[in-house]
Amino acid sequence: MSVATDRDGLFLAAVRAIADDVAGPLADEVDRDARFPVETVDALRAQGLLSAFVPEELGGAGVSFDALATACFELGRRCGASAMVFAMHQIQVATIVRHLDDAPWFEGYLRELGEQQRLIASVTSEVGTGGDMARSIAAVTPAGDGRATFEKQAPTVSYGRYADDLLTTLRRSPEAEPGDQVCVLTRGEQHALEPTGTWDPLGMRGTCSPGNIVRAEFPVEQILPTGFAKVMNESMVPISHILWSHLWLGIASDAFARARAFVRAAARRKPGEPLPAAIRLSELMSELSLLRAEVSSGLREFVDASAEDRTRLSQMATILRFNNLKIAASEQTPRVCQAALGVCGIVGFKNDTPFSVGRHVRDSLSASLMVANERIHQTNATLLLIAKDV
Amino acid sequence: MNDEIRTIIREHARLSVDVDSLSDDADLYQAGMTSHASVNLMLALEDGFDIEFPDSMLKRSVFESVAAIAAALGELRRAAA
Repeated sequence: MSVATDRDGLFLAAVRAIADDVAGPLADEVDRDARFPVETVDALRAQGLLSAFVPEELGGAGVSFDALATACFELGRRCGASAMVFAMHQIQVATIVRHLDDAPWFEGYLRELGEQQRLIASVTSEVGTGGDMARSIAAVTPAGDGRATFEKQAPTVSYGRYADDLLTTLRRSPEAEPGDQVCVLTRGEQHALEPTGTWDPLGMRGTCSPGNIVRAEFPVEQILPTGFAKVMNESMVPISHILWSHLWLGIASDAFARARAFVRAAARRKPGEPLPAAIRLSELMSELSLLRAEVSSGLREFVDASAEDRTRLSQMATILRFNNLKIAASEQTPRVCQAALGVCGIVGFKNDTPFSVGRHVRDSLSASLMVANERIHQTNATLLLIAKDV
Repeated sequence: MNDEIRTIIREHARLSVDVDSLSDDADLYQAGMTSHASVNLMLALEDGFDIEFPDSMLKRSVFESVAAIAAALGELRRAAA
């Protein structure tokens, strides 16, 4: 076994154990109380998994991107909200790892992230931009002495209260155009969050994502050297779409597993009798396999493009590809979960049976809303005018 | 060629400043060109110069300045010659 596969194997074994022993047993409580899955995050910290994707030379485990995606799937099978927190943190880590351009401050930060297992949340959405992550209103504002400040109104900040640090998108300066953006990493003591709303949503309740006004003051070294337009196309957007779709596949796969367990139990109760639910289960399986195929081919194409020439990820045809992954997976996941509910019937509809899939259905409904599919279709519609081979 | 490019930019890139106030190397995105406007600019360039940008050229960096666009058009013309 090579060092790399060994590393990935150890990482995934640790993730699976946490998914089965911690995240899964608490999933219903986290969902019911809309509370942060603190035990799961503590367990991830204790095993050093928050720095899994940080390269070894910067103090991390240096696991592969494939392993990271599989980890999101594994957690998603047990607790969608825990998986989403894990995925969002890893998206920020991967973004920094891929774009730090040898900046000493960010190298030092990644070492600290490994030592202290710091959790990063992101502040990308903003009130007034119509859901367009590629535009900012809030700006990095020079404050003298190599320091700067910002104030940003965010409609959602997932697990912001529980994060150690924040990665925030902002205009480069008060004079910069809305599309001229940078990312800023601020540490807990450098920013303050003022909640602007409550958190009682339909699904993904454990992500604890109310709106906030974020205010910060920080040294300018904490601005990521690479501009956000490049960061967004080469990393943040495709990585988000891949890690999200893996955890959605995890949610859908568990819904399927519950439907299958239900049909098997029914078959055992009345051996030999016709079982209409078994046919519906077969239909459900083919829906799940479509989802699985799209998710795994998306991962493959991203890993290949990253290895070959990362700038290919900036090409419009490639942007369309990963936008389509998000749209397809976010629409197919609730379809699968709802079909699982159809198989299980009333025992699936009840929240307290081994065949309950209500949480899966509700969690899956967030998929088409987090970065609204409508907004992505708008982008695609424009890109389709010019892209050639899509 | 740069004058023709500038004429097309003026009509389609929807900059927040006059294109003639910018140098050939100035970043058009920093001058206010949105992704949406950049696609309209690409379509107009294809039309104006009677060329087609292949997918490998359809990325932000290729259209970020007058000079970058001129280089891309030059490359396409050389390839066609």
